[in-house]
Amino acid sequence: MTDTETHPRQLTRKDFASDQEVRWCPGCGDYAILANVQGVLPDLGIPRENIVFVSGIGCASRFPYYMNTYGFHSIHGRAPAIATGISATRPDLKVFVITGDGDALSIGGNHLIHAMRRNANLTIVLFNNQIYGLTKGQYSPTSELGKITKSTPMGSLDYPFNPVSVALGAEATFVARSIDNERQHLAEMVERAARHEGTSFIEVYQNCNIFNDGAFDAIRGNPANQIRLEHGRPIRFGADLERGVVLNPDATLSIVDVAEVGEENLLVHDAHREDPGLAFLLARLSHTPNGPTPIGLFRQVQRPVYGLEMQRQIDEAVARRGRGDLAALITGGDTWEVS
Amino acid sequence: MTTKTVERVDTVTIRFAGDSGDGMQLTGNRFTSVTARVGNDLATLPDFPAEIRAPAGSLPGVSGFQLHFADHDILTPGDQPDVLVAMNPAALKTNLPDLVPGGTLIVNSDAFTKANLKKARYDSNPLEDGSLDGYRVYQVPLTSLTVKALEDSPLSSKDKQRAKNMFALGLMSWMYSRPTEPTERWLREKFSRSPDLAEANITAFRAGWAFGETTEVFSHAYEVPPAKLPSGRYRQITGNLAISYGLIAAAERAGLPLFLGGYPITPASDILHELARHKNFGVRTFQAEDEIAGVGAALGAAFAGSLAATATSGPGVVLKGETIGLATSVELPLLIIDIQRGGPSTGLPTKTEQSDLLLAMFGRNGDAPLPVVAAATPGDCFDVAIEAARIALKYRTPVLVLSDGYLANGAEPWRLPQIDELPDLRPLVNFATEPNHDGEFWPFLRDPETLARPWAIPGTPGLEHRIGGLEKADGPGNISYDPANHHRMTELRAAKIARIAADIPALTVDDPTGDARVLVLGWGSTFGPIAAAVRRVRARGLAVARAHLRHLNPFPANTGEVLSRYERIVVPEMNMGQLRQLIRAHYLVDARGYNRVAGLPFTSKELEQAIVAHIEEIDR
Repeated sequence: MTDTETHPRQLTRKDFASDQEVRWCPGCGDYAILANVQGVLPDLGIPRENIVFVSGIGCASRFPYYMNTYGFHSIHGRAPAIATGISATRPDLKVFVITGDGDALSIGGNHLIHAMRRNANLTIVLFNNQIYGLTKGQYSPTSELGKITKSTPMGSLDYPFNPVSVALGAEATFVARSIDNERQHLAEMVERAARHEGTSFIEVYQNCNIFNDGAFDAIRGNPANQIRLEHGRPIRFGADLERGVVLNPDATLSIVDVAEVGEENLLVHDAHREDPGLAFLLARLSHTPNGPTPIGLFRQVQRPVYGLEMQRQIDEAVARRGRGDLAALITGGDTWEVS
Repeated sequence: MTTKTVERVDTVTIRFAGDSGDGMQLTGNRFTSVTARVGNDLATLPDFPAEIRAPAGSLPGVSGFQLHFADHDILTPGDQPDVLVAMNPAALKTNLPDLVPGGTLIVNSDAFTKANLKKARYDSNPLEDGSLDGYRVYQVPLTSLTVKALEDSPLSSKDKQRAKNMFALGLMSWMYSRPTEPTERWLREKFSRSPDLAEANITAFRAGWAFGETTEVFSHAYEVPPAKLPSGRYRQITGNLAISYGLIAAAERAGLPLFLGGYPITPASDILHELARHKNFGVRTFQAEDEIAGVGAALGAAFAGSLAATATSGPGVVLKGETIGLATSVELPLLIIDIQRGGPSTGLPTKTEQSDLLLAMFGRNGDAPLPVVAAATPGDCFDVAIEAARIALKYRTPVLVLSDGYLANGAEPWRLPQIDELPDLRPLVNFATEPNHDGEFWPFLRDPETLARPWAIPGTPGLEHRIGGLEKADGPGNISYDPANHHRMTELRAAKIARIAADIPALTVDDPTGDARVLVLGWGSTFGPIAAAVRRVRARGLAVARAHLRHLNPFPANTGEVLSRYERIVVPEMNMGQLRQLIRAHYLVDARGYNRVAGLPFTSKELEQAIVAHIEEIDR
């Protein structure tokens, strides 16, 4: 028994790094997200052995190999399903799903929305780079319309998903967005997501410097275009917070000059509204991140947690009928004796 | 009890046939329950269309339930009914060809209207045109007699008519001297929330019984004495119920919580339904968004320390293939239960077939061997579920369990097992708790005897590790693209499964005289028909041997030796020759097939003929 086990010490970022060499391309946004998550975990106060990272297939999905926790690198698109099985049977575990835009929204779209509607106790981090990286550069379900790639030499024809809209459509109880290199903002979102009870979903804009470099430059290197959502505060942004968001009578949002409209007329962000409608309008402010784009917490509400509800039904059944008796079960009602 | 003469018979096969809305399955099941109580051996064959309610009176809408019961042990639901209860012309038309010549035919004469005759494509009324002369026909106006018996009931006229199946059940209960009290009690329970319905059904049931007793039409009743089965306490059980109980029993005997991930699919859904009722055993059932998520969640639950299973049918197994492959790669215990039905594609959802054997064996990318076990009878589904769990836990592998639509819905008497005599699976769980290699934890360091890897579940301090579908280094389990390692890991995965052959019972041969030259080799639900056919062949004075495979991968270690003792191997299968292909490939023997995929179990008569033809051919 080592000293650390008898006297639990505060874990550090290093404790969460596995001994495996990280093999993403140099300059990939994934490095920043990995470091960020490793940095947040010690603050959660959860023992390493009670943390599980589950992933699908894609560049992002290599993530569990680099975490010194339990991990499961599964199959393309299926991480939310596998993770649901883990969290539903083990409410004592903190389960993360690491996924990408192709993994979560293309092949795994079905599992993603159903995990969120069930409110399984999962923190889902979607690395959105708007491209298939591991298969070397095909357009993804979040690529902008007309994207020219190897598989779409004349431009992609399919209209992209907005991941935050999808999550809100599935009525996820925690929906946030951040950016790979916004260290503090991302850390705050990851920590809040990890502390949420139920499904927390974070879309992270992640730069793929090999196949889709600069996809988020309109906001990634440009804080003036980042509409930082803060609960209870009027929605303002810009270098001098000179711009803001108003709710129009026709139930649309507009971006306005605060000086012209007056701060009192700006939309005040309410992340805890039961109705996801306003959050959805915010998500629509920028369908693809080419202009001012909201980041931060869009929505956080409380709803019964799937795995805990499953446990509650078991407890209720035991309380009502007593712990199951195998002999009584198989005997059933109608039996007869043959001598 | 009846006051009429009672004639003793030793075996009877009855078929109830009617519209899919006529309640034939319910009627048949109820008759089965009381027959089981009387102590007869029995076997049932429900046969219904995939449509919930096909157009009333139409030929495709006919639903049937066949029950064979006897005073001796029986093996099949009967080749041909001795008694046919036909609730309408369509039921008569589709089922009459099966009735034995001179058999008893009870028809609901009220239903033989012009419109119904037309729907059944009868040009003339068979009750009047002499076409039924070869049978003992009882024309009973079931509908009007039922309505008349219920004239004091507050039910609507339509609801009164619907009780006619209970009239028919009452009549058959009289005719075969079945006790009436259990059915009346059952009806009271079933309709406890609707006393009017309960009373009406009981009244109809009693009216049917009284009709047999009082009318001149029926001169005497019959009686089938109890069968002499091995001593013990019995109940009636279907295959799906037995599998459900087997899973719960396996989890209890392993000391693990049971998790079932599933998606509704015929004919497997009843396993999901049944397990969902037993949450007080700590059972978690998860109705997933699709088949893939059903097995995915099960694999996640296995990783986290549950005894995990998924239950489906062929189309579901296809969808689950990728995850089953992942389970073979990460080497976690997982049960995949395939209740086979007619294929390909949607095929025949409510009809039986055993055509997923090669899918079970090979339905994954890469070299991904896994154990395959198959149930022989409805009751055997219980033991097979436990055996599959034993193998899965001991060898840390997914196991494919094959049942089929016939076993799933068919019923038989089942001798209750002694719980403490069931295998103790606790020692096989053996979760890892300590590092296993120089202070480190290597998730792929194998047990030298079984080649199983350690099962370290999340929550265990110090054993944090990562698994996945990428190839793993032999031992440490880290990602490895090393060619030699991949070859070694492929061999290890195969060797692990192959070693199970030494851990399963030898193949036993039923060859009483020892001078048979033909061996009939079966697997799965053909057990009953093959055994019955072999009896018939022997009754002709011919020698024939019989063997049944429960383990299809790996085969029992002595299989090759057994096959080599016979001049001819005949493999009857409800597919186009899948086991035959495996047998030929493994043992280089010229196995012959008997293959038919008609959605129904083989009759013992057709197998008898096929076996005799082989015997005659090699004797020539």
